[in-house]
Amino acid sequence: MQITVKVNGADRGADVEPRMLLAHLIREEFGLTGTHVGCDTTSCGACTVLLDGRPIKSCTMFAVQADGREVTTVEGLLQDGQLHPIQAAFKQEHGLQCGFCTPGMMLTGWALLAENPTPSEDEVRWAISGNICRCTGYMNIVKAIQAAGRDMATGTAETADATAAS
Amino acid sequence: MLPSRFEYHRPDSLEEALHLLAEYGDEAKVLAGGQSLIPVMKLRLAAPAHLVDIGRLGLEAIAEADGRLAIGALARHRDLERSDLVRDRYPVMAAAAPLISDPIVRNLGTIGGSLCHADPAGDWGSVMLALRGSVVLRSERGERELAISEFLQDTFTTALEPDEILTEVRVPQPAGPFGGTYLKLERKVGDFATVAAALHLSLSDGTIESAGIGLTAVASKNLQAEDAEASLAGAEPTEAAFAEAGRLAAEASSPVTDVRGSAEYKRHVVDVYVRRGLARALEMARAA
Repeated sequence: MQITVKVNGADRGADVEPRMLLAHLIREEFGLTGTHVGCDTTSCGACTVLLDGRPIKSCTMFAVQADGREVTTVEGLLQDGQLHPIQAAFKQEHGLQCGFCTPGMMLTGWALLAENPTPSEDEVRWAISGNICRCTGYMNIVKAIQAAGRDMATGTAETADATAAS
Repeated sequence: MLPSRFEYHRPDSLEEALHLLAEYGDEAKVLAGGQSLIPVMKLRLAAPAHLVDIGRLGLEAIAEADGRLAIGALARHRDLERSDLVRDRYPVMAAAAPLISDPIVRNLGTIGGSLCHADPAGDWGSVMLALRGSVVLRSERGERELAISEFLQDTFTTALEPDEILTEVRVPQPAGPFGGTYLKLERKVGDFATVAAALHLSLSDGTIESAGIGLTAVASKNLQAEDAEASLAGAEPTEAAFAEAGRLAAEASSPVTDVRGSAEYKRHVVDVYVRRGLARALEMARAA
């Protein structure tokens, strides 16, 4: 079935079987491997992408359902070689270790900040409760999301040193 | 794993969707949010030859009219979580919505899909039993409304015919001073309930006019604790009355011993949750 999905701002076409998962469309058809397949049981959130701005688990959606819609993956955060504030914050606050959950965490965090730029620790923890991390114990993930929120809300360069993609 | 092959249909209208179901019958499954169906298909526990995607048909309004709350079947859990109307007037629903699965799943999962999936560990079924909700089922043959207690028949089994789509969920407007809540014990966010309970009280002149008690994950389907409800109807809302209701509800439950706990433990939690939930409902009703 021929579908068109706007991925990170650009229309991408593909001819797919209806049973192809959105996660596989993104990774295998479009070559965007920042989105990870972790548990395959809708539990871990490593496959999280934004669908029309909302976090969804791409392992639990068929690619055909995204036809005509907008998907944002972690690759869509980088703008003109500059790290997105959420990426800079995760770098600055050491919000990752192995990095497997990180794309999902950043996208979920960004979606939270779009609604609530100054979330409390509890609000962040609630928002990321669909994303599992095995490495960090979540503390620095929370700090990173809050730091990004402060950056984006006030425009201050709390994480300015970290914004150059290295 | 990957699902087995199927043909995908995305009708532009409800009429077209109903026609597809009339044509394909029990070879077809309706796809709403997919947060229960797709995992089941990935495990190949279900392998429908046809999927009819109704996700873009706009069946998602949440509004009060004609003495009841009408919820489009495609209302996402997140929509109900954020609805002011639900928060202000349907506290059992407002308490349950944020506890369903996790926030990401709630962006896609729907109330209609949840009820049709009829997992005994599903949350909306118990809520609707406690609130005496009903569902509207449409087909090319017409439309019918069923009480949720009639709709939910057995584990993963409902009264939905192969050519029918659940289009709307209805909840009667609460009478008198009312209160309610949903208490859920789970090992972690996103896990199925170990035990959960939906409690609703309507008061009249300080006594209990009616009580609703729906239990999750303690029977082969969502369980309405009818004896416990009956013990409360017309009674004074005392701690003793609530204790008796808790005892009756626990007795009516038939949980299984599994990784989440022993049957004895789960029955105990039913008792605790019914007593605790009724106390909260009473507090809320008195404050109204």
